[in-house]
Formats: sequence, structure tokens, C-alpha cells
Amino acid sequence: MRDLIIKGHLGIGPKASGEALVATDNFSARYDLDRIKGIFSRPAHKLFEQGYVGKVLVLNIAKGGVATAWMLHEMASRGMAPAALLLNFANPIIAQGAAFGQVPLIDRFDGDITTMIKTGDQVEVNPATGDVIVTQS
Amino acid sequence: MNLNDTEKAMLAGEMGKARQRAIIQQIQVGDFFDAFDFVPVAQAHIMADTESLGEAGVCFLENLANEAEVDNQVCIPTITDPRGADFNTYKQINHDPAYVALEKRADQAFRALGVLMTDTCINYQTVIPPVRGEHLAMGDTGVVIYSNSVFGARTNYEGGPSALAAALTGRTPRYGFHLDENRHGTRLFQVEEQPKDWSQWGALGGFIGREMGSYYEVPVIEGIDVTPSSDDLKHFGAAMASFGSTALFHMVAITPEAPTVEAVFKGTPSAPHVITNEDMDAFFATYAMDDDALDVVVFAAPQLSLYELERLAKLLKGQTIHSDVALLVATNPENKRAAERMGLDDMISGSGAILMEGVCFYQMHARELGEANAWTRLMTNSAKLVNIISGYGYEPVLSDMERCVQSAIAGKIVR
Repeated sequence: MRDLIIKGHLGIGPKASGEALVATDNFSARYDLDRIKGIFSRPAHKLFEQGYVGKVLVLNIAKGGVATAWMLHEMASRGMAPAALLLNFANPIIAQGAAFGQVPLIDRFDGDITTMIKTGDQVEVNPATGDVIVTQS
Repeated sequence: MNLNDTEKAMLAGEMGKARQRAIIQQIQVGDFFDAFDFVPVAQAHIMADTESLGEAGVCFLENLANEAEVDNQVCIPTITDPRGADFNTYKQINHDPAYVALEKRADQAFRALGVLMTDTCINYQTVIPPVRGEHLAMGDTGVVIYSNSVFGARTNYEGGPSALAAALTGRTPRYGFHLDENRHGTRLFQVEEQPKDWSQWGALGGFIGREMGSYYEVPVIEGIDVTPSSDDLKHFGAAMASFGSTALFHMVAITPEAPTVEAVFKGTPSAPHVITNEDMDAFFATYAMDDDALDVVVFAAPQLSLYELERLAKLLKGQTIHSDVALLVATNPENKRAAERMGLDDMISGSGAILMEGVCFYQMHARELGEANAWTRLMTNSAKLVNIISGYGYEPVLSDMERCVQSAIAGKIVR
């Protein structure tokens, strides 16, 4: 077991940790999730039917509509949010939603974040510094 | 971020708690995107349907509405995107009354903040069109891409809490498409075949959106020979924004910032990505089914303009929708009233279709509506809707308006 430190851009939200759930797909809360059940619900998504609650979600870019900005706050209020979001590229909506819902978010890493972390890795996220510490499984 | 005296006063709480919270949130986003300062905005447009707000979001709005009026009133013209329920037609579509009650609470809270309840994603066709160079805080991806691309106005995607923050502070962090340097083209597309109807315009936009790698990519389209209509560009842009995360496109010799290919690129663009007929056929094939089962036909996403309503009314005049199929149409309150005055509503509703106002299908608990009405197979001419709706448990079929209407009458998919 060894730790890996990955550097991203300055993020948003508090420190967090959790188990990673990783895919090369993109992310939209409205298009991809069943937010009541806490699973990915879009059949075309690689994480289809997988639970995201409490996980550090590692995906490619933020896509789709503006609803994610409210939805992160709403999911967090029911304890049904991911622990943190790590993306190659966030869009404004995800950033605004992270700021409103205080969901930890970091993007713009040294490399492709979806290849640097594996599903099941234990991950610590520090948005104030942009650091991600990975304990590989 | 650099703050002026007014912004420092807001941050210090001298202009009330609501504006203080709003600017703190905006500074976090500004820092995230390396914004140097704020830019004043002329309008805000808030996406806040109750499906995305939930109980938590509605409580947030109600708490804000209960603060002192001097603190909580929006300070620029502020309008709303489609809402989560139509108070007039909800019983016809078995919309859960609990959601309708939640919507009423949100509606009242927004009114208390001084928000104008336009309930529309086609404000640029019905309320106030943006002006070239005007800075805005627009809260619907279709509105953003249309405002930036067709009018040459300047806005980022402003999600509901963010547009509300802009409405309270009168400004937004200056990053993204507020800056000249991000408005150049980044990829060139060459169109081989001219789109012929709204579904094809949407498909073309969706195809390009799917190719986009990030929010900051700006596609440039050449090869469009005939000036498109506002509704053509509406479907094109809305689908592109939905499939991508795209906020600006340029169409050479058509949109205002793209007089020529050379003018819109910084340097020489790489060879164009040619979009072939086969590409378009493959796009439509993604949203085709082997059998002809049909539950619901939807015209929405974006809401229909007066001209779209007119075309639909002519197709439905004197016809009867099959009893096994529902036909839903979404527009805004302004166009609904106009359709009533001009006799279009009678032609549409007379067929058994349901003309809803102030809503859009995917923003009104589409999953629960599907379960309540046993709707799975959905047919539409909106490329944006087929992209969104599969995540809600539907099997979407994309076709043109004429075939959608014929199918609703026949009770099965007409090819």
C-alpha cells in the first residue's frame, strides 16, 4: 500500500474522504442519476446502476444542464450526495452547485484524473489546496 | 478577486445578510475560475423548478423570502425558467398534488423576492432579447447558448443559486464567456447537407455537442447556405448545449461574431470535421426503435414559439389523438395567452392534446409522470429531450413534427 498525492486547481468546499468510484464518462446530476435511490440511472453511463452516495466520484467532465447546481444542495440535505467530485474539467454549474451545497470539488489535475485513481481506492480531498491523497487498493 | 467598494460592503454584510451570502458564494466560484473581478449584469434568469430544488431548495427560498424586504429584493430585472408544475393542467396528466403544492410555495417565495415569473426558456423570443456585448446571468443552457451565439451577448451558465446570487448582487464573476479571449472558435465543422426541419437542426447541434470536450470549446460551423430561422437555431443550440456543455457557437456569415472563418479563429484552424449524411443517419438511428409501440408524444425542450404552435395547430386541426396515446405540448404563459387569442389553442386542445404553460417536460418530475401514466415509449422532435429523457426511464424516439403528430393520431410510431 502506498500514498499518491495528485495536484489539482484550487477547489471548492470542505475537506472530505471516501472510496473512489471512477469512470471515463462525463457527469450531470439531472441526466445521469436517480437521486432518490442514489444510483446512476442513465443506461448509457458506465456507472449505470452503481451507488454513488458517500463515494468520491471521479469522472471526466461536467456536461448537460443547469439543474446540478440545485441538485447537489438537495442531495446533500438528504445525506444522498457523493462525498466529493473530482473531474478533469468542471463547468460553471458544478462549481456553483459545489459552492451553494458545500460539496467538495476539485478539477484540472496534472494528468487525466480518471486514469490516476481506481475504483475502490481510498481518497482524501482538500479543496483549499487542490490536493488529493490516494491510498491505492 | 479584486473587489470595488460596493462589493467590499456587500462582503462585510453592510448590505444585508442575503447579499453577503450571495457574494461569498460568487467569490468562491470566481476564485475557482481565476476571475480577476466582477462584471455588472443587466438581467438574471433563474432555473429553479421544484424537481431540482426539492424540499431543501424551497425552504432555502422561503427563508430568503422571510428576510427583511430591504435585504432580499433582487436589484436587476430577474426572470424565471420553466417551473415544475402547470397549475391548470396537472390533473390531466396525473401530476402528484404534493409536487404542485411544493411548486406553489416556490412560486410565492420568488414573487416575494421581486422576481418576474416568466417561467420560460425562450425569453429571447418572448420577453426581452439580449443585445450584442450585453453582460447577463442566464440560467438555462439553451438560453445561454442562444444569447451568446445568435445575439453576441455575454453570459456563462448560471445555475439557479448562482443566477439568484447575481440577481441579489447585480453582478457576476468575470470569467468564461464574459472575456474576449474565450470567444474565439476552437474547432471547425463543415456541414454537408442542410438541415430540413427542427429535428434535423437539433440532431446537427446534438452531434456537434457530443464532440465537445469541455465547456471552453467553441465550435464554428460553416456550410450553412440558407439563413436559419430563430426556431431552427433554438433547436440547434439547445441540443448542442445539452449534448455537450457548450455555451457558444459561431455560424460563419450568420452569427454576429463570425463574419468569416478567419475572423472567428485566433490563427489558422485545423482542417474541418466534415459532418456527413451518414453521421446524421447514425444520430437518428440512436433514437429509433424496432417496433411501433408508443405511449406519449411530447413537443417541448425548448418551449414552443408562437410559430411552432401555429404549425402544430394546423397539423392537429380537426384531428383526434388516439385514446392510447397522450400528446403534450409545453410553451410559456405569454404564448399560451397568444395561442388562446389567435384560436391556436382550440385547434391543439380540440384534438385531445394537452397544451401546458410555464413548464417543460423534463423539468416536471418526468420519472414520476411516466410511472403514474405508464409512459415509457416517448416520441418527440426535440433532440435535446431525447438526450435527457432516457435517464428518467423513457425510450425516446426522434422524428419530425409531422411524423410525431401522425403517430399520435395512429396510436403507434409512424415512420
